Amino acid sequence: MELVVQDLSVARGGLPVLSGVSFSVSQGQALVLRGPNGIGKTTLLRTLAGLQPALSGNISLDREAMAYAAHIDGIKSTLTVEENLNFWADVFELNEIEHAIACFELGSLRSRPAGLLSAGQKRRLGLARLLVTGRPVWILDEPTVSLDQAAVALFGAAVKAHLAQGGLAIMATHIDLGLEEALPLELGQFRARSTLADNFDEAFL
Amino acid sequence: MMALLRRDLTLAVRAGGGFGLGLSFFLIVVVLVPFGVGPETALLGRIAPGILWVAALLACLLSLDRIFSLDFEDGSLDLLATSPLPLEGVVASKAVAHWLATGLPLVIAAPVFALLMSLPQEGYGPIVLSLLLGTPALSVIGAFGAALTVGIKRGGLLLSLLVLPLYVPTLIFGAEVARRGVEGQGYGPPLLMLAGISFAALALLPFASAAVLRVNLR
Amino acid sequence: MASIWEYANPLKFMRTTERLLPVVAVAAAVCLIGGLIWGFFFTPDDFRQGSTVKIFYIHVPSAMMAINIWGMMLVTSLIWLVRRHHVSALAARAAAPIGAVMTVIALFTGAVWGQPMWGTWWAWDPRLTSFLILFLFYLGYMALWAAIENDDTAADLTSVLCLVGSVFALLSRYAVNFWNQGLHQGASLSLDKEENVADVFWYPALVAIAGFVLLFVALVIVRTNTEIRARRTRALLARERLG
Repeated sequence: MELVVQDLSVARGGLPVLSGVSFSVSQGQALVLRGPNGIGKTTLLRTLAGLQPALSGNISLDREAMAYAAHIDGIKSTLTVEENLNFWADVFELNEIEHAIACFELGSLRSRPAGLLSAGQKRRLGLARLLVTGRPVWILDEPTVSLDQAAVALFGAAVKAHLAQGGLAIMATHIDLGLEEALPLELGQFRARSTLADNFDEAFL
Repeated sequence: MMALLRRDLTLAVRAGGGFGLGLSFFLIVVVLVPFGVGPETALLGRIAPGILWVAALLACLLSLDRIFSLDFEDGSLDLLATSPLPLEGVVASKAVAHWLATGLPLVIAAPVFALLMSLPQEGYGPIVLSLLLGTPALSVIGAFGAALTVGIKRGGLLLSLLVLPLYVPTLIFGAEVARRGVEGQGYGPPLLMLAGISFAALALLPFASAAVLRVNLR
Repeated sequence: MASIWEYANPLKFMRTTERLLPVVAVAAAVCLIGGLIWGFFFTPDDFRQGSTVKIFYIHVPSAMMAINIWGMMLVTSLIWLVRRHHVSALAARAAAPIGAVMTVIALFTGAVWGQPMWGTWWAWDPRLTSFLILFLFYLGYMALWAAIENDDTAADLTSVLCLVGSVFALLSRYAVNFWNQGLHQGASLSLDKEENVADVFWYPALVAIAGFVLLFVALVIVRTNTEIRARRTRALLARERLG
């Protein structure tokens, strides 16, 4: 399995922010997106996850292959940790949550309502959700926000294990996870440029 | 989709808001009306079908913005949109969950409220029947309105403005069934229309709602 | 062969319509003034309604426009959804307030006419009720446009609302007819205007209707071009922020 992205252009709020993005990630590799705030990391990741259409370009894998995790985790505070995971496991038609609970050390928290978790614990639960999707490509948007060092290590290990099983990961993060499989991709080179013209077209630019 | 339905119902039970709130609101309206129009039994009985229907409609409206906005805010909607579930199915099961949490309790409690409104004996069957067939349409149409306004902060008022005109046909046919029942006339045609609206809305509107949700998520 | 879709280009649309605008505006003024003066001063009073019948020359055209403008919005919304021409979406946006005003004019003149005719400003007659509901649809449509910041998102959402709303508006029209027959016996209050109108009243009415249509076209041109410029400004500002 290989994810090949060719000449992808993405837009935020109707304005192209990145254009000509091309890269390829193969099995067992992780791609780390780099670039200043506002460059379009989140937009690119949402486009890859199939949440918004690309302006142009190709993504070789179907959106069905992608598991997406963003800044917010989609956790219901009145459900317990176990119920939260079970729900997503049901949605993704997987019936196994023990592996996910073990990976992120949530065993002692399993029957606690998610509303009572600390920010870092919530984040762990949110990331554990990736394991119950059973999807090969992880798309991670700032996955380490509010994680402490130990939890970052847990997360790093989970990503490593995922890659070792033949998975892929694309992430936007500023923290070094200690992954030797990680390839950096500087997004600054793809910043969309257009010239101001009096003769504006359909897109008003 | 069953998982989603189960989760939404669990959430409605645990967080309150669902079952309790709609019913309490319904009760309050029914209590307030006699204060407004006077305690005369004949008058109350005459306006009861309309009042019960308008109260049911408003009780339904009250919880509409929760259908998607909570899931939108905590990111669940993004995750559901990337999940194997078709978004149309997500919309439909959320609308069904909303109906089970708001509409169905109203249907079941309607005879009690009808008693408070001194609805004549003949009206009980038609009012329950009309609410049973009509409230699903309220939930499905409401889900469309909720999908339209999901990205808007404090969209509650806008949601009402968008949804209430769409409720007009349902309200007209629903109240007509109950009124005809009270007057002892045949209520077949409006009942069929009501059922038609409900089923057509359930079959078609989720497509529009899902399209609108996709636009709001991008 | 020139295609009609050429005018989907904002610049081409603006250049062409702004050349047309003076012609349309003058024609609208001529038709409106001519039709209304003809109708008000040079037609006989109705034998039953007296001079009150003359509000007909405003009431009927505005009522027709109120419905047809929604129809025009439906068409432009569909064009936007299918072909993604921004001008089309902006034209729908530009038309909505005009339609709402036409609905208000129709309702207001109807009330003014209804008072001497039926002895009441307002009755829950099917037609009156339908227009009130139509007005609510216009309000919701405009409010949705106003509430959303992103232009493309707003265009998409309002277009779908327009589509769904059209279905429900038709359904409401039918439901209202049904509902009212449950209350009244027959349509005693509604007027079958076209049938009992003699030619002498009808010709000035046609001129007035043409005037209203032309007025609408002129207003839509002005408003659409304003929307295009505003849209262009927003796009430029947004890009400047991006740097």
